[in-house]
Amino acid sequence: MCIAMPGKIVELDGMKAKVDFKGTVVNVNIGLIDARVGDYALVHAGCAIEIMAKDKAEELIELFESLEM
Amino acid sequence: MMEISQVINYLKEYNGPEIKLMEVCGTHTASIFKSGIRSLISPEIKLISGPGCPVCVTPTSYIDKCIDYAMMENHVLVTFGDMIKVPGEKESLSSAKGAGAKVEIMYSPFEVIEKAAANPNITYVIAAVGFETTAPIYALVIGEAMEKGIKNIKLVTSLKTVIPALEWICENEEGIDGFICPGHVSVIIGSEAYAELAKKYKRPFSVAGFEPEHILAVIYDLVKQIEQNRTPGMYSSNDPKNEETVHNLYKNAVKMEGNQKAVGVLKKYFDEGPAMWRGLGIIEGSGLYLKTEYEEYDGGSKGLDLDNELPEECCCGQVIVGRLNPNECQLFGKACTPTNPYGPCMVSSEGACGIWYRNI
Repeated sequence: MCIAMPGKIVELDGMKAKVDFKGTVVNVNIGLIDARVGDYALVHAGCAIEIMAKDKAEELIELFESLEM
Repeated sequence: MMEISQVINYLKEYNGPEIKLMEVCGTHTASIFKSGIRSLISPEIKLISGPGCPVCVTPTSYIDKCIDYAMMENHVLVTFGDMIKVPGEKESLSSAKGAGAKVEIMYSPFEVIEKAAANPNITYVIAAVGFETTAPIYALVIGEAMEKGIKNIKLVTSLKTVIPALEWICENEEGIDGFICPGHVSVIIGSEAYAELAKKYKRPFSVAGFEPEHILAVIYDLVKQIEQNRTPGMYSSNDPKNEETVHNLYKNAVKMEGNQKAVGVLKKYFDEGPAMWRGLGIIEGSGLYLKTEYEEYDGGSKGLDLDNELPEECCCGQVIVGRLNPNECQLFGKACTPTNPYGPCMVSSEGACGIWYRNI
């Protein structure tokens, strides 16, 4: 229902972070997550809603490994 | 392990009884079109739209309340962009703006804090529309405003929760065999949130992301579960995933328990209450309203239940429960287009009619 994009946290500043979306750096609120520099955050409407657990390629590989034959 | 080509082949070759899967979320509807998945799968697997478009299910009285604020002296109405063309009883925010209403578009509700601090004589009223993904964000805005002593912000909320709506659909709509659960709502509420519904209605609910691979995997997963339910013992029961009630195929972002910090924020700031869903009616416990201790930040969000009758030929109400595809509405693409919408499903970026119009 809600578009969210992953971006890399490059700087922390209290309840805010600078998040890099492939070259575009945006200020994001991090009040809903425990953030660290280098994490990939899923960002919706200027707010990080989750840390992505692994990179996309790795996730998709595991996804198909888990599908029942 | 399945290769993607095997998954596609399986879905293409499926020739069993018809299966209807609801794509609850408008963002999934858009992803399905973007990845051309309908052309890859058997015509016996039907993907139908759901109510997962917060703007589409917002009644006209809410729009009218927002317009009233926008017309008030020393008030500015701030909204996400896809709300501005949605028709209220008489007009939309866009046409009201043309007549002098003060309406500003936001990309993030946090922008309003700076505006309010810079202009203490103006009251900024946020059209706070959304589901569980967005609701905690509005709450954080209020929290920050309180910390900074900013009093000139109000929320007019049209915040809804997904589980009661899915329960309504399971009770009132027939023939839906499985559900593709919304990806980002599930980030907040967790995959286990759907477990009770899955058990009660004996239908599979699976959580998916938005890449083509996610969508193919979830369709495959749901079809397999449905076939298994129809023919018990058809597949091995040694697979640990068979023990899970809800299959989470978006583990990169969705945990079983969801984002507990966000859930805590929702519990801290909001009470549940009845909410009016255009096309479905009033659903108890499906709305979120600021708690009494935050009422100075509320702009009169309760009781906005009145909903204008949609034009007779408008099928929005049937589209959002999956009874009709958008292109089965006689107005679709003729009288009703994104520049001249009859109903909200054509207007919102997550409305099924708008998505179909832009993609077919």
